[in-house]
Amino acid sequence: MKSWLLGLFLLTNTDLYTTHSVVEGLESMQNYDYTKYHPMDEIYRWMEDVERANPELISSAVYGYTYEGRNITLLKLGLNDTAGSEKKVIWMDCGIHAREWIAPAFCQWFVKEIVNSYKTNKKLGQMLQNLDIYVTPVINVDGYIFTWANNSTRLWRKSRSLPPPDSTCYGVDLNRNFKANWGTIGVSFDSCENTYCGKSAGSEPEAQAVMDFVGTMVNQTLCFLTIHSAGQLILLPYGHPEISAPNYNELVSVGQAAAVEMKKVHGMNYTVGTSPQILCKTYIHSLKLNFNFLQPILKSYCRLLHPHLSPSDPNSGSSRDWARLIGIPFSYTFELRDKGEFGHLLPEDHIQPACEEAYVGALSIITYVHDKAFKNGAVTTVKHFTLASGFTMTIWSTIVAVFVTTGFMV
Amino acid sequence: MGLRIIVVLAVLMGVTGSPTTTVRPETTSVDTAAHPNSIPEMAEETGQNEVFSEEEAAEDVMATGELNPNHYPAQRAAKVVQHYLTTRYGSPYRLFGLHRVHSGNAEDVGDSGRKYQLEISVHEIISNTTQKCSAEVFFPHGQKQESPQVQASCEELLNISTKAQEEALYQQYKMNQTLLSAQNLPDSHGHIEPDMKLLWHLGIVASSFIMLKESSENTLYNMAQVANITQLETEKEQLKFNCHTLLHDMVSQEILHWKLLFAWSPAEGVKVLQMEQLPHCQHCEKPPNTN
Repeated sequence: MKSWLLGLFLLTNTDLYTTHSVVEGLESMQNYDYTKYHPMDEIYRWMEDVERANPELISSAVYGYTYEGRNITLLKLGLNDTAGSEKKVIWMDCGIHAREWIAPAFCQWFVKEIVNSYKTNKKLGQMLQNLDIYVTPVINVDGYIFTWANNSTRLWRKSRSLPPPDSTCYGVDLNRNFKANWGTIGVSFDSCENTYCGKSAGSEPEAQAVMDFVGTMVNQTLCFLTIHSAGQLILLPYGHPEISAPNYNELVSVGQAAAVEMKKVHGMNYTVGTSPQILCKTYIHSLKLNFNFLQPILKSYCRLLHPHLSPSDPNSGSSRDWARLIGIPFSYTFELRDKGEFGHLLPEDHIQPACEEAYVGALSIITYVHDKAFKNGAVTTVKHFTLASGFTMTIWSTIVAVFVTTGFMV
Repeated sequence: MGLRIIVVLAVLMGVTGSPTTTVRPETTSVDTAAHPNSIPEMAEETGQNEVFSEEEAAEDVMATGELNPNHYPAQRAAKVVQHYLTTRYGSPYRLFGLHRVHSGNAEDVGDSGRKYQLEISVHEIISNTTQKCSAEVFFPHGQKQESPQVQASCEELLNISTKAQEEALYQQYKMNQTLLSAQNLPDSHGHIEPDMKLLWHLGIVASSFIMLKESSENTLYNMAQVANITQLETEKEQLKFNCHTLLHDMVSQEILHWKLLFAWSPAEGVKVLQMEQLPHCQHCEKPPNTN
């Protein structure tokens, strides 16, 4: 009944074909069950329906092809910008790891929430005039399809690339294949293993597609979110223990704010993963001391400080790390529910609560980066962050600078 | 000159030292936003100099002393406690999850291994209660992989008695006309038939013996799935089951396949009689045709 009336209304304002299309799309959208897991062909169809039903908000793009030749498709959510200033970008991808079904479920949920609230939520509407949110519901399409094949394939993680010449094992861990300290830590060079990082950085078409596409928008991109399961974590760059992001403190506080919001929804704890860095050691090394005997002393000194380890394990080649390295200021991995009871086989009755809290968390970060870039309606540059840590830091930096330039000219 | 550096560093580290502040020397240009190449360069450099070889990074990563309870060394040790408690007290009506690590401490025990002392909270899943535990986990460092040793004391662990329910279930299973059998618990959609749930719980308890035995400081095991569980003829008042279980290791991200033969009775709890790891590539695909 509703859609009939809607159709009639739209008929008086737009041409017949578009109306019919929109109505059809809307109906499909309303009938789509976001609390169930969907196979890939249903997700592809849903993307078409959602675009058709919301032409003023959503457009789609195929930005690459998987190993087996399937479309890697994103939905771009954004409203026409009345002010005419340059739109900034938020990136969200789901399903890099095939078995993490809650992640694609969340991407679909996210789109549905935006569609259902942008007209009534003034803040959201305003943000969508300033931002385009690019959502890829499933990046590793081949892997995802493989997990639906039968009971024995459900726990597949990697892509479905053919085995290398000396092997019989398929697939590459796409989240170890990005150009970010590729192949250095937390990876395997054995193609039969689940953290196999591929034959070179970006060797896999799925990873390369993301790097190519986001690479063209890097200057406008405020935030890169990559969605995984499980563990209930919000991870910041970097996975490599020897390096740290310059806006580390801000990344932590924004992540923690998101975790606080997420907990309010259903009481679930999400731990913010500080990057596993030992910054002291990195600095010591960079001094290039002429007295080699000093280095061990200073390194022991570093060990006295609390070394920064992570709730998650060190790794390299992740999409999150790549995003931060090319200059996207905010980059996070979301590890959704749960903490081990069901793991990747998260029951469907968990989809709604998991997505509700994840939505709040994602929106918290998106709102922060938006407000930072669009203070007082004016666009501010977001690329240069100064570490605001006060008087002591300034002294420290000054002295260090002095030592480096003068102290070691021996 | 060298001494002066150390003294100044000591003073400044003392003033600024805190796990959450970052000491950020502006001069090393660690990735100021528009310098995408500074990080890869530094990583390459460290590789060449062998100052930060992976072994060394690993060595530093094996934290000693007071541990951050949220970071992975304490988390991995605490997970071992979860498996231990499940093997000792678990049943179809009692299962444990790790709720939280409150504090942790690690120390080397000569060359023989490392000992962790932990204050944790465990979550009893079926009664949905949480309680505190103190535990000690010792990881032996031998030539071959040895199981960790655990001691734990939890004040009110067995407060909620499950004896009656266990006895009822035991009798029911014993009297079965047809022997029970189930596959894929949970299934691909996370679903378990209500009358298979208790069988799934039994599979979890039995699998915890393997997870406990196989754990080290470099693993973090969780149940992935009970692929198959079959009841066998009751023998000497003990229910017996064959079970094919899938375990997930968070560190390597691998799925490990194990076959188990185990017994259960309310009096004795779960006892594993035989266990065998199945080869890695159990459902190996045929190699592709190379022309």
